[in-house]
Amino acid sequence: MHPILGTIIQRLLLGLVTLFFVSLIIFSSVEFLPGDFTEAILGQAATEETVAAFRRELGLDQPAYMRYFNWVGSVMQGDLGSSFSGRNASGVDRSRAVIDLVAPRLGNTLFLAGMAAVISVPLALLLGITAALYRNSVYDRTVNALTLTTISFPEFFLAYLLILFFSSLWPVFPSLANVNAETELAERIYKCVLPALTLTLVIVAHMMRMTRAALINLLASPYIEMSQLKGISKAKVILRHALPNAWAPIATVIAFNLAYLVVGVVVVEVVFVYPGIGQLMVDAVTTRDIPVVQACALIFATTYILLNLTADILGIVTNPRLLHPR
Amino acid sequence: MSTKRGKKGDVLLEMKDVKVDGFSDERWHKIIKGIDITLHRGEVMGLIGESGAGKSTLGLAAMGFTKPGCKITSGSIIFDGQDLVLASDEEKRALWGTRIAYVAQSAAASFNPAHRLLDQTVEASLNQGLQPRAAAEADARDLYGQLQLPDPENIGDRYPHQVSGGQLQRMMTAMAMSPRPDLIIFDEPTTALDVTTQVEVLVAMREIVEKFNTAALYITHDLAVVAQMADVIKVLRYGNEVEEAETRQMLESPKEDYTKSLWSVRALEKTESPSDDVVLSIDNVDAAYGGGVKVLHDVSIRIPRGRTVAVVGESGSGKSTTARVITGLLPPMTGSVQFNGEPLPAALKDRTKDQLQRIQMIYQSADTAMNPRQTIAETIGRPLEFYHGLTGKAKQERILELLEMIELDQSFYDRFPNELSGGQKQRVCIARALAADPEIIICDEVTSALDQIVQEGILKLLLRLQKDYNITYLFITHDIAVVQAISDEIVVMYQGAVVEQGGKNEIMSPPYPDYTQLLLNSVPDMDPDWLTNLVEARG
Amino acid sequence: MTDSTQSYSAAAEVGQLRERRTRWQIIKIELAKAPYSAWFGLIVIAFYLFVALFAPLLAPHGEAEIFSQSFAPWGGEHVFGTDQIGRDIFSRLIFGARNTMGIALATTLMSFTIGGGLGLVAAISGGWTDQLLSRAVDVLMAIPGLIFALMLLTIFGSSILSLIMIIAVLDSTRVFRLTRSVAVSVVVMDYVEAAKLRGEKLPWIMRREILPNIMPPLIAEFGLRFSFVFLTIAALSFLGLGIQPPTADWGSMVRDNASMIQFAKYDLTAALTPMIPAGAIALLTVAVNFVVDWFLHKTSGLNDEH
Repeated sequence: MHPILGTIIQRLLLGLVTLFFVSLIIFSSVEFLPGDFTEAILGQAATEETVAAFRRELGLDQPAYMRYFNWVGSVMQGDLGSSFSGRNASGVDRSRAVIDLVAPRLGNTLFLAGMAAVISVPLALLLGITAALYRNSVYDRTVNALTLTTISFPEFFLAYLLILFFSSLWPVFPSLANVNAETELAERIYKCVLPALTLTLVIVAHMMRMTRAALINLLASPYIEMSQLKGISKAKVILRHALPNAWAPIATVIAFNLAYLVVGVVVVEVVFVYPGIGQLMVDAVTTRDIPVVQACALIFATTYILLNLTADILGIVTNPRLLHPR
Repeated sequence: MSTKRGKKGDVLLEMKDVKVDGFSDERWHKIIKGIDITLHRGEVMGLIGESGAGKSTLGLAAMGFTKPGCKITSGSIIFDGQDLVLASDEEKRALWGTRIAYVAQSAAASFNPAHRLLDQTVEASLNQGLQPRAAAEADARDLYGQLQLPDPENIGDRYPHQVSGGQLQRMMTAMAMSPRPDLIIFDEPTTALDVTTQVEVLVAMREIVEKFNTAALYITHDLAVVAQMADVIKVLRYGNEVEEAETRQMLESPKEDYTKSLWSVRALEKTESPSDDVVLSIDNVDAAYGGGVKVLHDVSIRIPRGRTVAVVGESGSGKSTTARVITGLLPPMTGSVQFNGEPLPAALKDRTKDQLQRIQMIYQSADTAMNPRQTIAETIGRPLEFYHGLTGKAKQERILELLEMIELDQSFYDRFPNELSGGQKQRVCIARALAADPEIIICDEVTSALDQIVQEGILKLLLRLQKDYNITYLFITHDIAVVQAISDEIVVMYQGAVVEQGGKNEIMSPPYPDYTQLLLNSVPDMDPDWLTNLVEARG
Repeated sequence: MTDSTQSYSAAAEVGQLRERRTRWQIIKIELAKAPYSAWFGLIVIAFYLFVALFAPLLAPHGEAEIFSQSFAPWGGEHVFGTDQIGRDIFSRLIFGARNTMGIALATTLMSFTIGGGLGLVAAISGGWTDQLLSRAVDVLMAIPGLIFALMLLTIFGSSILSLIMIIAVLDSTRVFRLTRSVAVSVVVMDYVEAAKLRGEKLPWIMRREILPNIMPPLIAEFGLRFSFVFLTIAALSFLGLGIQPPTADWGSMVRDNASMIQFAKYDLTAALTPMIPAGAIALLTVAVNFVVDWFLHKTSGLNDEH
């Protein structure tokens, strides 16, 4: 077996272990809630029987580790518990399964993130690579100043700026991205333009700077100079010598920024009232709907870990020293 | 191929009054201040000088290339009738790699880790369409063989990190040779290699240059090495030319004082004086780092008082590890360290201040051995405070005394390390060691990072201090000339074991055990025929 | 130069002796050479600091003082109008500087104490301590910051203290990584080993040998962390989960007045109202980033200048 497979498997296992610890943290955070939260949730419907039943349902009579395993078991089967909201209606338990709440919204968020990624990745790579090639030119300095400004802006500022210009003053795009399961693709895209654009602006700035830095670092390598001294033309130097070594750092940059995208999506969804998982989580936090918060946190964390793992593995697979060991 | 070669003896490269400036610290500095070079076909010229002399810049300028941040401000560089200063980038690129080739100092960094070696070797030839691929590759494999590389048929299929440093250096020579250039520029090609590897590479380079009648510029700071390779030697200093002469003539009767001083270290020689009063001894020490792989095997060394014991060996021999065992940084697995007849606690933390005070260490690189944010006074003053409790006026006076002992004047008191040169910094490190008033000082390759002239100064200082204050030195080095200059006794180490130990005169005269023989033989002499004789002796 | 080498003396050995300068001289020279972006940044930061410090003197009204007319237009007594409850926006802006910046500063200081301290410990101890700390930080960093903060805020509530502690702990992971990596590169220096060999104790080594040599990157990181913390707190407040009313805070001010944006065509100033606190946030972050960028530029090459 090629030793590189060993390294990859090692990384995957490490990812699993990390996920385990993360789930532990997410699960155990509930332990810190004040003891009377069950009463608070049930509100008006809180009687001794209902509270006891609720506590039994949540498994609070069992020891912590048993609860954890039950929870993990259910999650693996797709059962993320039921939401706390809807439990204090008089007598009737109108709580919904968390998975029913989460699934469609996850799809929406992935769509939005995907749209942003598709625009931003090629754009950022183009800007970053050209800036590195024409280092210290007017173009480079302008792009640098612009991106430094953009990464300093809070996402909501950018979002509202775009709304101000493209929705209020010149009504080209809608400021409310209220899509649902029936929305057709074309309309979906139209409604998502402004939110996707906001995300793009943030991500492009970060990605472009990192790509530029990685490439400048690469171009300073001695073997690049050596290839110039062999009379190879600049274009061929870039293509044949720099690029094969650039995949690793660039792949890392992309994966890292996509992970960053995952977080940026939350604020954007709230501004544009987009029914995604970010907005769901914010609402759940406001109403202290624990199962939903936990489920969302778990999903975000898993995505984040997966993306970082991908970046890690891509870095390994594109490293010639590891591909061809001694 | 041979039609473009003129007769041997035609002028190939003519550089007149070349000036190069470099940009750093937001200013332009002069690096090369007006140098002439005339090189004939098939001739090898050695460019020697110390660091800062501008050799590399000049070598690259000979190709018409400047590193980013440098520019050729005036002069002409005429290669086979074409002025490289005025030539366009395209014209220059047509010459590079095919008629002028460059061999860099670090082979490991100069090869692209993503491509196979064979592809990189033939790249320049294929790029200009000099040969079809099959012919170029066959020729490359042939060159590998001529350069004495192992498994020449297949070694080209490897990647750079799969091959050793010395082998990479030879492959870079093959890469330079592949298009059969008229001129090769060798930039310190063997400086980073071990002495024994260096010999192999030198032999290979010289043979191939002679065989193909290539002209060469050989850049180095080691006069003995250049004596083996060059027909003509030019000495550089601070961007100016000091002297130029044919090799033999320069070695026998150099004109300028500076040239003479370049090998003054070799003129130093300490007369041996044996002694039985042992100040420190290491007995049967085995040591290993965390992983468990043994790095020292049954090492025993005795160090007599007031004398210098030189520990010689190449990288991986265990010399520095031995120093770490003595200082307590690496407690041995078995064996002990005895100081003045009493056993020394194995670990640093178990030793008393008194014990720590008596054994001091000086490091190879003075840049990293001094805290950049402390003044010279603070650096020297701390041991005074820590060991002897000196403060205030008494401390200040002692610091000034120490400065005088190391031949630096009072103005250095308030300076910071970045204001000092390499040799001055090393002197301060010596003062720091002296401040503790030690009995034994371990010098770990203290002159290896310094230029020849500066080395001489430091060695003379150390010898004087030993005479005046009866200090014992454990001198770790890989440089035989330094060993000759400074030691009373020698310990030869190889792969973690002591190969030989004894008085200097005894060790430095035959018969030698195998490794010592190999080591001594690998060190180039100032005799231009040394390498030739070595090759012949091998048969 | 080329003829005085018969008798060797150290004084004749020419080094690149640099002219000594006092700290003040160096600062003055660097400021004079600084690019416009850095000057812009410094002036903006100074201005914000001034407003934050003298807020009670500068604001015309109290931060929670309620007036009769809500959503009042600009002009007259209320320079930027009033918000949805009837509080003067201009005064809230001024107090918001003090509150938001103050909390962000406290959080950054806390995160540096935790992260920096642990980073130093990890770098110096090495071995198991280092491994344990680093793995723990890896796990903490595996959860995206904002999400983790949201989760913890659900549990512990959004008081100012819990806000500061939660964000400080989450942000300290980055400070830990940077401090550790910078400290590790210093710890392997020979002068640290020389101090150990001398017999110096750990606190002395940390204080005199290591700390002074890791300051430049740490200072730059402080600036970056501050702007990141500032943005995070603003984002949380914008989501309604950060600083709670009636405390004036720029993030929640954006949220409160956001609905006015849709009236841009009819009343531009109304639409601009929520943009002002958002712009204030953006301006400060830009300024800090410009200054940090310049500082990093200067110190990356000039580590030896004092």
